[in-house]
Amino acid sequence: MILDYFVSIIIYSLIYILIVTSLNLAYGFTGLVNLGHMAFFGIGAYVSALLTIHGVPWYIAMILAGAIASILGTIMAAITVRLKGDYFQVVTLGLVFMAIAISRNWISLTRGALGLPGVPSIISNKFYYMVFVFVICAVCVFIINLIVKSKTGRIFQAIRDDETAAAILGKNTYFYKVLSILISTFFAGIAGSLFVHYINFVDPTIFDLEFFVLMLSFLIIGGVASIKGTIISVFVLESVYESLRFIQISPEIIGALRVMIFMGMLLVILIIRPKGMFGKVVI
Amino acid sequence: MLSLNKVAKRFGGVNAVNKCTFNVEEGTITSLIGPNGAGKTTVFNIISGLTKPDAGTIKLNGKEIAGLPAYKIAQSGISRTFQLTKVFRNMSIKDNLLMAKEASEKEMEDVLKSVYLHKPIDTTASELSYGQQRLLEIARALLMEHSLLMLDEPTAGVNPRIRQELKIILKKLRKEGKTVLLIEHDMDFVMDISDKVIVLAEGRVLREGKPKEIMKDKKVLEAYLGK
Repeated sequence: MILDYFVSIIIYSLIYILIVTSLNLAYGFTGLVNLGHMAFFGIGAYVSALLTIHGVPWYIAMILAGAIASILGTIMAAITVRLKGDYFQVVTLGLVFMAIAISRNWISLTRGALGLPGVPSIISNKFYYMVFVFVICAVCVFIINLIVKSKTGRIFQAIRDDETAAAILGKNTYFYKVLSILISTFFAGIAGSLFVHYINFVDPTIFDLEFFVLMLSFLIIGGVASIKGTIISVFVLESVYESLRFIQISPEIIGALRVMIFMGMLLVILIIRPKGMFGKVVI
Repeated sequence: MLSLNKVAKRFGGVNAVNKCTFNVEEGTITSLIGPNGAGKTTVFNIISGLTKPDAGTIKLNGKEIAGLPAYKIAQSGISRTFQLTKVFRNMSIKDNLLMAKEASEKEMEDVLKSVYLHKPIDTTASELSYGQQRLLEIARALLMEHSLLMLDEPTAGVNPRIRQELKIILKKLRKEGKTVLLIEHDMDFVMDISDKVIVLAEGRVLREGKPKEIMKDKKVLEAYLGK
């Protein structure tokens, strides 16, 4: 029993690392503060759930989850990356609400608020599924790390620091910004697929902003544009957050208290280290 | 090599640039001077593609470039710096330079030496002083393949020592026969280094000519000092 609990924390942590690292590619490395990132995670989850429920093998479903999230992400980016700073953030945030509205109301496809139960597991043994998730996430994070270190990654970072300067050095900044979102949303879709095959259920609450705020906290505490920071911050903070479950206190207030303690911790960390634990970058 | 013909740009009701026509000859240093608000930087932004002109043509080596996106204009051979330095602040000196060109370590060291920036190349740009960032920006502009170099007030806001170094750099560029278009407020410097001076006022070319002629021109003095 207790082992199952640890396994589940590790599975969640690994998936969170993939979500946050894919967000980091756009947010930390390209300067595109995509507040709609979780929409693509949710789309990946829905795509993978629907396909496997209808008998499509999981590996095809997983790739399509990434691909469809990425196609929609690219379309979104092609339209919105010309917007500056705040405007881009507001529009991408709007996407989340669109995703919620669609998933709630397209009942013939998503069953609305009832959600889709019975999403098949890829591997029923939890321990082996953890190993599987570890392998997939490790490969994905490794690929993102390679991209960041490549010539393309350098252009992403240059755009983050000064887009005009990147343009006058002959770089097509529009193309690279769209490319960054294309890659970022692909991995968000993959993470969605891994997630849905673990909890075997998906409903519109997957798009909830609370979830995104947690991911954003991991990113900022670890330090934007630091992949190492993300990995460490997810493991540390997730264990702390989980262990807060066990404080001996009346059950009515424990939920709220847990969130308050967690957020208080984040505040303290950010006052002491404004760039996060491993961050060097100011956006 | 660069010729502007009746270039115009309005911002709201203001004619920022108004039928601006001039040429930059190959192998010369041309200075753009004029009082504040004369439209110098707007002209720079139009040439480099950051601002779209409303009218007029701009030819670079015979090729029309007006209205092209900035990155294409850069690829056709215009390299520039900014009045307020634009380095990639979270990136190292090395990565800043690599954005201009896939240069070898040797090339990078040479260009840094030529602009008197003596810092380890893995130093993050934000750790440099403002003057040093300016030198890095110039090094980056030099490294990018170009036929025309445009410098927007290179000596503004830097300490006297770096200002002196910048003058030496420009004199060296002149000796090497580079084509440079320059915005500058330091008159002694402009007169010292330029082959041609263009005076802008209210978005128009007021006068152009050799530095000595410009110095004595009544209209130019009026534009600067009032009647």
